[in-house]
Amino acid sequence: MTMAQAMGSVQTDTTSTTNQPEPAKILSGAQMVIEALIEQGVDTIFGYPGGAVLPIYDALFQQDKIRHILCRHEQGAAHAAEGYARSTGKPGVILVTSGPGATNAVTGLTDALLDSIPLICITGQVPTFLIGNDAFQEADTTGITRPCTKHNYLVKDVKNLSNVIHEAFHVCRSGRPGPVLIDLPKDVQFAEGEYVPKAKASTHMYQPQTKPDMEKIREAVALIAGAKKPVFYTGGGVINAGPQASKDLTEFVKLTGYPITSTLMGLGCFPAHEDQWLGMLGMHGTYEANWAMHDCDVMINIGARFDDRVTGDIKKFSPHSKKIHVDIDPSSINKIIHVDLAIVGDAGQAIKAMMDVWKEQNCKPDHDALHAWWSQIDEWRDVKCLSYNNSSHIIKPQYALERLRHHLAKSGKDTFITTEVGQHQMWAAQFLPFNKPNRWMTSGGLGTMGYGLPAAIGTQLGNPDGLVIDVAGEASILMNIQEMSTAVQYRLPVKIFILNNQWMGMVRQWQELLHGERYSSSYSESLPDFVKLAEAYGGIGLRAETPDQLDDVIERMLVTDKVTIVDVCVCQSENCFPMIPSGKAHNEMILAADAKQFDKKLV
Amino acid sequence: MTEQEKKENKSVYGDAPEDETIESHTLAIIVDNEPGVLARVIGLFSGRGYNIESLTVAEIDHEKNLSRITVVSTGTPQVIDQIKHQLGRLVPVHKVVDLTVSGPHVSSEVALIKIVREKDKHDAAIEKAKAFDAEIVDVTDESLIFEVTGDAQTVTNFINIMKPMGLTNVTRTGIVALMRGPKTI
Ligand SMILES: Cc1ncc(C[n+]2csc(CCOP(=O)(O)OP(=O)(O)O)c2C)c(N)n1
Ligand SMILES: [Mg+2]
Repeated sequence: MTMAQAMGSVQTDTTSTTNQPEPAKILSGAQMVIEALIEQGVDTIFGYPGGAVLPIYDALFQQDKIRHILCRHEQGAAHAAEGYARSTGKPGVILVTSGPGATNAVTGLTDALLDSIPLICITGQVPTFLIGNDAFQEADTTGITRPCTKHNYLVKDVKNLSNVIHEAFHVCRSGRPGPVLIDLPKDVQFAEGEYVPKAKASTHMYQPQTKPDMEKIREAVALIAGAKKPVFYTGGGVINAGPQASKDLTEFVKLTGYPITSTLMGLGCFPAHEDQWLGMLGMHGTYEANWAMHDCDVMINIGARFDDRVTGDIKKFSPHSKKIHVDIDPSSINKIIHVDLAIVGDAGQAIKAMMDVWKEQNCKPDHDALHAWWSQIDEWRDVKCLSYNNSSHIIKPQYALERLRHHLAKSGKDTFITTEVGQHQMWAAQFLPFNKPNRWMTSGGLGTMGYGLPAAIGTQLGNPDGLVIDVAGEASILMNIQEMSTAVQYRLPVKIFILNNQWMGMVRQWQELLHGERYSSSYSESLPDFVKLAEAYGGIGLRAETPDQLDDVIERMLVTDKVTIVDVCVCQSENCFPMIPSGKAHNEMILAADAKQFDKKLV
Repeated sequence: MTEQEKKENKSVYGDAPEDETIESHTLAIIVDNEPGVLARVIGLFSGRGYNIESLTVAEIDHEKNLSRITVVSTGTPQVIDQIKHQLGRLVPVHKVVDLTVSGPHVSSEVALIKIVREKDKHDAAIEKAKAFDAEIVDVTDESLIFEVTGDAQTVTNFINIMKPMGLTNVTRTGIVALMRGPKTI
């Protein structure tokens, strides 16, 4: 903020007669917010009004460049902004009032922090002279959100405001993206001051390194070219680097002929229909992906962070490999796993640089070694780790997703999938194909139930022609079900595909396998009738109770023009496999067929 | 944790790391001098249950608006590592240097020590203080205040010596530290 102060007042130069500088714009704080958002390219914001933001809502009312989406809960607004950001690559913006408005947004901010989603959150605050007085709807918003934002500001003087907003946008999208909060007391919204345009705003000293060190890139390429059992391990960083990064990654991976896997957050950075794709890795990843990670001799980590859902037991994590790690966040490097070659920089730039060097040096992979490696991988693939026992009378959740996949392929529509959190989320990651980036919105780091519906709303707003489906669980969907009203109000034809097993399935699975089948509070004794619920909100409700009803219901869902809930009544006892139990290594994963044996071993 | 217990881990998280030695590290952190920056740094420690043994902060470059924070923290090597990573991630933090690993460094702190009442011991106290180059910065009929400068151990030693001399109050600044030799930071 002091930077902003330093260049606060731009004096008009009265001595010069030519090149008259533009007269300074005098605006109210509230108008500055609108002006700065427009200059930053924002056309959609998500929010909920209240006393401490009324001046901004008033300013919104008097303009027509920014569309405000009224969500039904501030958490919903935050996840909607996340969905919008994740699917468009632009920062998501939310506007909420002080006190409860701000605290309700906290889950969304934390979610965005863990998944590196660029968000701007503007919160109203009680007037500066009341701060600290326990005034009505006062909360220490910057204090509460300090650990759950990338950065935050309390603006106490209107002359700093426009600069702070421009700086906040810079911070939220530079380096590793994340949520940035601006707390804005009501008197500052009313106060008038000079607007600092984006072009004149001081760039913060925050200038993270994005350009990779070429010496290290060459070292990396040498390692990659010399590998006998390589694997690409990619993550959300590639998605955050923009669609070109995914294109370049695809080209580079194809050039090498090497296998590639990705984290939950990275799905879509490499087309799932390609032969080299091993599927997702990690706790519920595929057998082939996890084994390849364990046995590889060169691991090429691009934009992933060795999360504990991915590594399993870190002492047994990929014991024989040389590890390359490309990350824009230097503090992610050597944080969990020690790597042999660290490259700090933007994933896209690093991929491009590696590919250029690879071409320039005319690198060739070791064909014999690679052939042997692929034969080994094919053996792992033959395990068919995602197979399940289908049934003719009860819908298996995996089968429901296979039918969904079938109909999506047939429809040829550009499809965006969001999810809630639980088994259905993991099955969606396993069974739905992601061929392009920005098509998969899920709460990875925080695992927030209630993320999927608002995220779908934000995604649909950012992609009006897209087909947006929230793959949901019946427990999670109830956590932000009020957003049905938002979808109805803005005529968003979002589809909610509930895999309704009547259980908090993921919790039930852990209780079954690790807590002696003591199902403590994981069953929902009462659930709403989701068809009627959809109708009550003004949407469409459909239900499938047996496998033979699925196709028809999915076909009908795909052509509705309103928000639609599909209640898919699935098998209650199905477990999600493969699974790496805690404290186990990648090569100790449990397959569906082993589940019985697993019980005995661990309970 | 025994082998048997480890096999039976029922947590969604893996095993806790084996007990490791506790180390003390001195970190130098260069930050933007802006409101809330100290809260951000300290919040990282308190929010995660990390220890702060000593903390000093002051502006060091008015032009560039920079402050230097010196933190002495204790923890297992893994915890110290995490502290450094988390600090490095803060937007107003420009540099984090672990002086304990980056080579020899000098460190120094100032303490003020008040001695009262036991007047007969005042002379002895003044005598002892000479060995520490401690200065007398305040004198009354009933009291004395010494100012002592040195590394943390020296200051602690001085305080221990003064305890039987009627020491009633101590205030310490916490250490500041610089790398030895021509290297900066
Ligand atoms: C806000 C929140 N509370 C609790 C949890 C813990 N949790 C993880 S999965 C899960 C069950 C989800 O049930 P459901 O939505 O029905 O999905 P299913 O696993 O049955 O597919 C719970 C309670 C969480 N992830 N988020
Ligand atoms: Mg369920």
